Amino acid sequence: MDRQQLRRLVLEELRHVAPEVEPDTLRGDRPLRDEVDLDSMDWLRFIGALHRRLGVNIPEADYQRLDSLDALVAYLAQRQGA
Amino acid sequence: MIDFKLPSLGADMDEGTLLEWRVKPGDRLERGQVVAVVDTAKAAVEVECWQAGEVFELLIQPGAKVPVGTPIAILLEAGETPETVRRTPRPAPAVAEPAPVAAVVERAVPAASRPRVSPAARKRAAELGLDAAALSGSGPHGVVTLEDVESVARLVAPAERGPTERGPTDRQAAMRQAIAAAMSRSKREIPHYYLSETIALGRAMIWLQERNAQSTPEQRLLPGVLLLKAVALALREYPQLNGFWRDGAFQPAAGSHLGVAIALRQGGLVAPALHDVADKPLAQLMSELGDLVQRARSGSLRSSELSDASLTVTQLGDQGVDSVFGVIYPPQVALVGFGRIAERAWVADGLLCAMPTVVASLAADHRVSDGHYGARFLTELGRLLQAPSSL
Repeated sequence: MDRQQLRRLVLEELRHVAPEVEPDTLRGDRPLRDEVDLDSMDWLRFIGALHRRLGVNIPEADYQRLDSLDALVAYLAQRQGA
Repeated sequence: MIDFKLPSLGADMDEGTLLEWRVKPGDRLERGQVVAVVDTAKAAVEVECWQAGEVFELLIQPGAKVPVGTPIAILLEAGETPETVRRTPRPAPAVAEPAPVAAVVERAVPAASRPRVSPAARKRAAELGLDAAALSGSGPHGVVTLEDVESVARLVAPAERGPTERGPTDRQAAMRQAIAAAMSRSKREIPHYYLSETIALGRAMIWLQERNAQSTPEQRLLPGVLLLKAVALALREYPQLNGFWRDGAFQPAAGSHLGVAIALRQGGLVAPALHDVADKPLAQLMSELGDLVQRARSGSLRSSELSDASLTVTQLGDQGVDSVFGVIYPPQVALVGFGRIAERAWVADGLLCAMPTVVASLAADHRVSDGHYGARFLTELGRLLQAPSSL
């Protein structure tokens, strides 16, 4: 899956958790949890959905590296390739 | 023969509009089965029936708005048949005549909890489509006056007062009104006292990290679940914080059903009950909490969840602030608040260190307990959180 497809999938799952998100206005380089109001339960549901869709199990220890949409997509691309 | 009445939908809801029946005459009912869906300001509520039986007759139609406590269906008990029931004379269904409905309203809501309303205010409120009894009264003895109604009417734009179909804005306005009514009543009637204690969570967070490191996202626990379980266990030792103030007296609760304050994405909040928290393993609580949050946000809760909570817990989450001092949700008598879990300077064994801590607060009803009792509860809560593996 290339980065464009990954990004679309991530946004799709993000909208399941936060239906009010408008992908067009989301700034990819800003802190994701400020751009989208996600509490810890929302975040866990989101991470769980990515696990189911992509088979990538993101450990808690990596959460801090996923601070923006761009960083998350890059991380998933790398983990998928690995 | 059983009159099945619209059950309580929580302190801030005293009526509901029937959206649909989920059963029909002749159906067998299990205890806890969902029989109908009723719309309120906060959610479309799945109404459960806690009696087993057979549906004999449905007394109201979709679209009907009825007060809590109104008989909405007739059930047959074991051994009864439609024939035996037909031969037994019984009073006509309450909704068929105006007078019995009024009587039902009086029974359903204790007089103490229902502000009196002046006749002019009642008339004007009806014209505006407002529920005068839900407003806070500024008159003598809390009587709702014409001016109270007018001032609320000025706040609620005319477009938001549709009588039947609720748009998103209308539901938000109705929810704000419901929250306003419940919280005003709380501040008017409940003599709150407040305590807080900073609790070290070093052991709990390490235990949680180790457990979660070996888990898939679906199996991970959030710290909030540990906090909920610890509250429920501490309440067993401090029962005066767990229950209801009704008719001028405290009624302790039998179970540990904790109301969980959930912020809704479109604004407002609900605090549905997570049942029997003290008796459930953490993994089960986590999955039930996830389900509850999702259903609260999609506006689909069950009637028992709206009425069973005996103490509410509010957690502002990991993006929140240091501490929260809550407003008790009547008829409950206490509320526990948790601020953000964060590393803070801490002294342990004479040394300064960075320690994950949380500020736990208690708002409690002075009619039932005192600060000394509340302080011991918070101490017990802190003690339980030092042994996370036994939660």
